[in-house]
Amino acid sequence: MIPIASLERTAFDLMAKAAIEIPDDYLAGLRRCADTEKGDLSAFVIQAMLENYEAAKEDRRAMCGDTGVPRWYVKFGNEARVEGGPVALERALRSATARATREVPLRPNRVHPLWRTDHDNNVGINAPEIEYAFHPDADWVDLTTVHKGGLFGSDYRMLFPGDGIEGIKRFYLDTLIGFGKRGLACQPAIVGVGLGGSKDTSMTLGKQASCLRVVGSRNPDPKIAALEEELKEIGNSIGMGAMGFMGSSMVVDCHIEVGYCHTGGMPMSVHMFCLSSRRATARVYADGRATFRTDPDWFTDYSRRSTVEWGKPVAEAAE
Amino acid sequence: MATKLKTVELKLPATTDDLRALEIGTVVYLTGRLYTAREGVYKRAVEDGAGMPAANVDLGSANFHCSPAAVINPDGTYKVGAVTATASFRFAKWLDGWFDISGSNIIIGKGGMTSEIYRNVFVPHNAIYLTTVGYGTGALLGRGIRDVPGVYWRDELGLAQAVWVLDVEHFGPFLVESDLAGNSLFERENAKIAPGIDKLYAGTKPATLRRYGETDDKTEEVI
Repeated sequence: MIPIASLERTAFDLMAKAAIEIPDDYLAGLRRCADTEKGDLSAFVIQAMLENYEAAKEDRRAMCGDTGVPRWYVKFGNEARVEGGPVALERALRSATARATREVPLRPNRVHPLWRTDHDNNVGINAPEIEYAFHPDADWVDLTTVHKGGLFGSDYRMLFPGDGIEGIKRFYLDTLIGFGKRGLACQPAIVGVGLGGSKDTSMTLGKQASCLRVVGSRNPDPKIAALEEELKEIGNSIGMGAMGFMGSSMVVDCHIEVGYCHTGGMPMSVHMFCLSSRRATARVYADGRATFRTDPDWFTDYSRRSTVEWGKPVAEAAE
Repeated sequence: MATKLKTVELKLPATTDDLRALEIGTVVYLTGRLYTAREGVYKRAVEDGAGMPAANVDLGSANFHCSPAAVINPDGTYKVGAVTATASFRFAKWLDGWFDISGSNIIIGKGGMTSEIYRNVFVPHNAIYLTTVGYGTGALLGRGIRDVPGVYWRDELGLAQAVWVLDVEHFGPFLVESDLAGNSLFERENAKIAPGIDKLYAGTKPATLRRYGETDDKTEEVI
């Protein structure tokens, strides 16, 4: 039984880590951009950001003043049991979000869409979002928080099979150029592309592809992995760098996730995780111990399974 | 920070002569007093006619489009963590009235506005636009804040929309996006990138299903 106090304490620590510490994989990717950037303005911007990450860590202050709309991804091991059950866990995540907003501090971004009511704690109706996944043969719970900006850099479009790969590239370019000008997307970004699923699933997969996969990871389907590489290169050949200034630093990496969709369609979404690509993950074990990391490890062979039954790996099945 | 870009330390309030020396693309650090104001403040002050929340001299003469990641302590003091601008183009419609009542001559934000707005609204008020860098040098900017002499309209608008007055020192970096003539750095850069865009699209054709926005004629179908 995982103690609820451990989950809430870990969730608070994750909120602070996400807001303050740039993940190593993104940092390494941005440094590669800095090494090749020829545009003097774009290079200046990246240099300022690299110094900003250091300042954030030294001062223990949020790296960006727009601390995004904090949200949660929870992965339950199939054998995990949480003290108080999922309702207690949701309360703990909301409580940790509110406390971190006051104590880190984060900007209380969340307001009612119509009445603009502000609780000053990033908690409200349907906020923060909590998404769930499950994992076989495990008794831990993985908590991941993502603090992503909420205004620019994402778009959805219903494409059709006849639009083909060229149609995908075109909509990808539309989104990058549209939101890249003046740097609205806060690039260089981790670009996530969701392909297929229902409309809402397409959006969800694309967002998860940008926020929950680390720079350098590739889709297990070799042809999709090749398309990820190609889209990354295309994005960096627009001629646009940081803040939309002339340059080559647009895409730190591109990740594609797919889901089976209606036979007549090919829905697509594009999401851009920004210069403050804020994510932090912890695994909380049955004894309450927590280990922290920056790779959410959200997409797995299990989560991407395409069959009815989940076949256990041979070695385990033989036991 | 080390850069080959021209860098200027600017004292606030800045005179028109001070601003005349700033070319687009110049790196600027600020020292002095400035304040935050965004849509909630503009709507209340300009549209609803409430006027300024305090005397202009107490607010400063530079308007930052942001809200800090900050908290008001129980003893009334403030803890400011990071500050980062929000996209300014959404606020253009209020600025003419805002310049009139605020007397400000520097707008700081994210992404700038169009050169048309600069020529029609900024230039007559001898005002320029400074863009934040990144975006998201929130921690560096947070370091430059020395004091929070006041927060206005906190109860009326909430923490994120309130007017935060900030006394700052070596606060930056910023880039000069518009000068006193109304030129725009972003538009200059867009123009440099534009010639290469057609070839990126070579071999592709418009999506089978179009969307409104791709045609402004609403009598047209989107198929």
